[in-house]
Amino acid sequence: MIEFSDVVKRYPGGHEALSGVNLTITRGEMVFLTGHSGAGKSTLLKLIAAIERPTSGIITVSGQNLSRIRRSALPYFRRNIGLIFQDHKLLYDRSVYDNVLLPLHIQGMTGHDAGKRVRAALDKVGLLNKERARPITLSGGEQQRLCIARAIVSRPPLLLADEPTANLDEDYARDLMDMFKAFNQVGVTVILASHNQDMIRRYGGRTIALANGRVAP
Amino acid sequence: MKAWLENNRHSLGLAVKRMADAPIASLFSILVIGIALSLPAGSYVALDNAGRLAGKLSPKPEISLFLKADLSQDQGRRLTQRIASLTDVAKARFVSRDEGLKHLQDAGLSNLTAGLDENPLPDVIIVTAKDSDAKAMERLAEQLNTLPGIDHLLMDSDWVRRLAALLDFGRDLVWLLAGLLGLALAAITGNTIRLQIYAAREEIEVSRLIGATNRFIRRPFLYFGVLQGLLGGLLGWLLTSGGIYVLEGSLARLALAWNGRIDLHGLGPAEGAILLGLSALLGLIGAFLAVSHSLRRML
Repeated sequence: MIEFSDVVKRYPGGHEALSGVNLTITRGEMVFLTGHSGAGKSTLLKLIAAIERPTSGIITVSGQNLSRIRRSALPYFRRNIGLIFQDHKLLYDRSVYDNVLLPLHIQGMTGHDAGKRVRAALDKVGLLNKERARPITLSGGEQQRLCIARAIVSRPPLLLADEPTANLDEDYARDLMDMFKAFNQVGVTVILASHNQDMIRRYGGRTIALANGRVAP
Repeated sequence: MKAWLENNRHSLGLAVKRMADAPIASLFSILVIGIALSLPAGSYVALDNAGRLAGKLSPKPEISLFLKADLSQDQGRRLTQRIASLTDVAKARFVSRDEGLKHLQDAGLSNLTAGLDENPLPDVIIVTAKDSDAKAMERLAEQLNTLPGIDHLLMDSDWVRRLAALLDFGRDLVWLLAGLLGLALAAITGNTIRLQIYAAREEIEVSRLIGATNRFIRRPFLYFGVLQGLLGGLLGWLLTSGGIYVLEGSLARLALAWNGRIDLHGLGPAEGAILLGLSALLGLIGAFLAVSHSLRRML
C-alpha cells in the first residue's frame, strides 16, 4: 500500500529530516514508527499524506506516485486518509457534532446518512453524549478521541496518527490504543508515530525505527 | 445535485454568519460600498434628468428656410412638399408671409410693422429634421441650401451642438467615475475578505488536510463578497433615491421660478437591477481575487 524508495526530505535552510528512506507497508498492517523526537517520524507521516513533498526519491501510496500527483488531485487523495494530529486541530467555533461532520460535508455527503455516520463515529470513541458540546469544554483525552472520530467518520482505508497518546494518562492512552487495534482488525491500515516504548511492546505489531533520518536496521 | 445545492446553502449560511459575527465591520464596509456606488448612480440620474429636460426644451431642432421674394406662394408650397419628401426630413411646414405677419401681430408686435405699407416678411419653410444630432443637421442644411428658390437658411444647431457636447462630457465623466469606484468596490471587498480569511485560516488549514477542494473553501467567501456587494448596491440605490427626494422640493421651486415644471426621475427598476447586478459582480470579483491569492500563499 505504501512504498518509499530512496526518499530524501530536505527543508529550506538545509536541515535534512529524511536521508534515503526505503520501506514498504502492506494493506492491513499496523505499524509503529519510533525514534527520538527529530528522527523524522512526523516528516514521514506528512510525506505519506502528501502534506509535504519529497526532495528526491519516489513515494507511492495506493498506487499513486506522490511526486507526480497534481495539486487538483490532492484533496481527493487525502479523503482516503484519516489524519490524527498531536495538537488535534479541532475547530473550536463549532460543536463536537459539526467537527465530525466536516469531512463528510467536504465529500458532499449530507442529511440523514451523514448524521447516522457522525453518531456512529462518536459512539465508537465514546463521545455520543457530548455531541452538542464545544470542543474547548472537553478534556485532553476527549479532544484526542474527537480527533479520531473525525478521522474515521469517512471510513478511510488508511489511518495516520502522530503521537496520539502523548500528554495522556496511562488509562486514556490504553483506551486509544485499543481503539486503533480494533480499527486495524476490521482491515484499516494503521500507522502510529510514538516514542512510548512500553506501549509498543505491549501491543506488538511491526515497528519501524527511525534514527537520523534513516530506517534503523 | 442535491449535495451541491446543500453545499451552496451551507456556504451562504456561513457567509451570513460571518457577516453577522462582525456587525460593525460589515456595516462599515456596506456603508462605504453604498456611498461609493451612489456617486456614479447619482451622477447618472442627474445626467438622465438633464437629458430629459433638454429634450423637453427643444422637441426637435428646426431649420428655417427663407424663400426668395420672387417665388410665388404656389411655388413655395410645391417646394415644401418636395422638401417634406426628403429622407432626412421629419416635417416641413410652409408659413406664408401673411401668416408670418399675423403671428407677429398676435405676439403684440404690430406697431413694428404699422408704418410699412407693404409686408416685409418673406415666405418661410420650417423644416424639422428626423435626426437631431448636430452632424446630421449640418448635412441636411447643406442639402437644403442647394435647392433653388432659397434665399438663406437659419439653423438652431449651435446650442444643440453645445448641449450635446455637454451631455457627452457628462456621460464620459459618469463612466470614468463608475470605473474608478467600481475598482474601489472590488478592492474594499478584497480587503474584507482577506481579513475574513485570516480569521478563518485554521478552519481552512484543517479543511485542506481532510480533503477540501479549493472550490469548497472558496465558496463561502464568494458568497460573502456577493452578499456584501448586493447590500452595498441596495444602500447605494437607497441613497440615490433619498438624494432625489431631498432635492425634489427645492428643484421644483427653482423650476417654478422659471415658469417651468421639473419631474425628477430616479433609478428605474431596470437601472436599479443593473446597479445591483454590477455591485454583486464586483463583490464576486474582489472576493475571488482575494481568496485565490490567499490560497496560493497558504500552501
